[in-house]
Amino acid sequence: MEHLQFEFECSGNREDSQQATLSGVVSSGNLEVMLENADLNGLCRINVSTSAQGFGEIWQAVLNDFVARYNLANLQISINDGGATPAVVCLRLDQAMEEYLEIST
Amino acid sequence: MSDLSGIRRGHSYYEATARDRISKLLDSNSFQELIGPAERIASPHLEPLGQPCSFNDGIIIGTGNLNGLPVLIASQEGGFMGGSVGEVHGAKLTGLLERAVDEKPAAVLLLLESGGVRLHEANAGLIAISEVIRALLTTRKSGIPVLGLIGGAYGCFGGMGIVARCCDALIINEEGRLGLSGPDVIETTMGVEEFDSTDRALVWRTVGGKHRYLLGEVQCLVEDDIEAFRAAAIEIIDKVQPLSLESLEQENLVLSQRLANYGHSQDGAEIWGAMGIADPQKLPLMDIPSFLKAVEGKVQGNL
Amino acid sequence: MKIENLLNELFPMGHAVKNVQNILTGFGSTGKGKIAVLGTTDHLAIGVETALTLADFVLMVIKNSPGQPILMLVDTQGQRLSKKDELLGINGYLAHLAKCLQLARQRGHQLITLIYSEAVSGGFLAFGMMADEIHTLAEARVRVMNLPAMARITKLPLEQLQELSVTSPSFAPGIENFIKLGGVQTVWQAPLAEQLVKVIGLEVGDDHRRHSGFMREGRKLAYPIAQRVKEG
Repeated sequence: MEHLQFEFECSGNREDSQQATLSGVVSSGNLEVMLENADLNGLCRINVSTSAQGFGEIWQAVLNDFVARYNLANLQISINDGGATPAVVCLRLDQAMEEYLEIST
Repeated sequence: MSDLSGIRRGHSYYEATARDRISKLLDSNSFQELIGPAERIASPHLEPLGQPCSFNDGIIIGTGNLNGLPVLIASQEGGFMGGSVGEVHGAKLTGLLERAVDEKPAAVLLLLESGGVRLHEANAGLIAISEVIRALLTTRKSGIPVLGLIGGAYGCFGGMGIVARCCDALIINEEGRLGLSGPDVIETTMGVEEFDSTDRALVWRTVGGKHRYLLGEVQCLVEDDIEAFRAAAIEIIDKVQPLSLESLEQENLVLSQRLANYGHSQDGAEIWGAMGIADPQKLPLMDIPSFLKAVEGKVQGNL
Repeated sequence: MKIENLLNELFPMGHAVKNVQNILTGFGSTGKGKIAVLGTTDHLAIGVETALTLADFVLMVIKNSPGQPILMLVDTQGQRLSKKDELLGINGYLAHLAKCLQLARQRGHQLITLIYSEAVSGGFLAFGMMADEIHTLAEARVRVMNLPAMARITKLPLEQLQELSVTSPSFAPGIENFIKLGGVQTVWQAPLAEQLVKVIGLEVGDDHRRHSGFMREGRKLAYPIAQRVKEG
């Protein structure tokens, strides 16, 4: 197992107090993504636990894109990964965010 | 398997995740999760073996309403380690069943999808399933019905197959499978001549929903649609089977007769023929309404 | 230990336990009165007819000997792996046995288990594990699966499993592990008759296993989680 942490400075804000949302399932080639509010001084923090070792740079690239798209501050994202491809990771992140934003409005 | 292409159904139970099943089965927005993912109560036994954990440990539990009635619900996620039961997973289920005794909901719904004990924490998982069995039967004793729903890709096997048959009633779809030892386990241990687990038609004739329904082991056979599961659950929710000496003597009789009548049968179709069903080999191809019509009055001693 | 010797050691005052095709049923005399005895021998693989015979006997004890304690003698390699058993719904036969044992408990029969040889997964789950008191002989073996088979199925290296089994009781076979996890209470030493008499008549409460596992630090999460869900 490899544990990675990424932090991004973000400026976007939204209504608070919604509950955590979880999308996806941890299985081979798949992952679960949890989104929660957190008091992170404007950061978006992403923690990844993955069974695939040595893909830190690819995670960095995928997450850069994702954060650039939504730019949400004070957001904690936690990922349990069963070795998903970048495409699957992107898809799940978008689904998770969609659900998260739906609940917050 | 019947060819269902071209028929656009509602929400497939078979394909849905554990969480989706709950939200579509219960009255909308009524589900309240207990020990949700944000608490991060995951199995501590997986990381040392290099396995990713899940924030739910493969089971989602909580409270909600079914047709306005308060229920407790648990839903196993087959996608995560085959829905297998480890220490945390089992404790959530046991706690939920025990909670029912105090809270007195209209029913406990168990959405079962599991291969049984999680080998990565096998001892803890085995004891956990034993605790689930005891808690389930204690819940039933207190007069609260426990309904099992089966219809996911991973079926319901191992210790959870025993748990399923401890419920008051079961609802299954055609795709659902219920048994003890999975076909692949039997093949691996006893050889392909005992059970060819790649022969899907054979697998379904042996452990599939239609066969289980014909033997009277499940009370409802429904379309692969979460709405159909919901309708069936609403229909049977108040049909409680108290555990009594009389009911267990009746069950004993049914199981003895089954053994006497079909103990030498080699195939599901052979049993269906012996039950007096015409053209038993056609049953697997029928859609659910035609099937139910074809077997009307032939279903074995419903428990 | 051979079953004949075991029965003689457990019941020096005499017993009438039959062994028919490796299924034991009957009664033994103890210092605290008669006790119903049922079990299996020769590592019997539990099939549908085994489960049914055992369940039959439990129902008979409930009817004819109200309140009598029940001793389960466990020696099984697990459930029988066969297509025929699955075709008949063996899980339902095992569930039936479990339900009969639960009914016995509800009607005041104390359930005691002694694992005297081998206890493996499914056959143990619906039978011996249903007891309030679960004890073993020192030479007994308890497991879900041996490590090589576990390694094959989980696709984990055997060495890794072996290494971890030294520190974690949660998956490797062994009585000590099951004791730590709360699944087994004690190891019985001779004289066995005394050990049996000691547990007969003990108060039957709720399922204590997760609490024992917590106190013995073998299962640290099961107890707090189940309590929280139950009460929270």
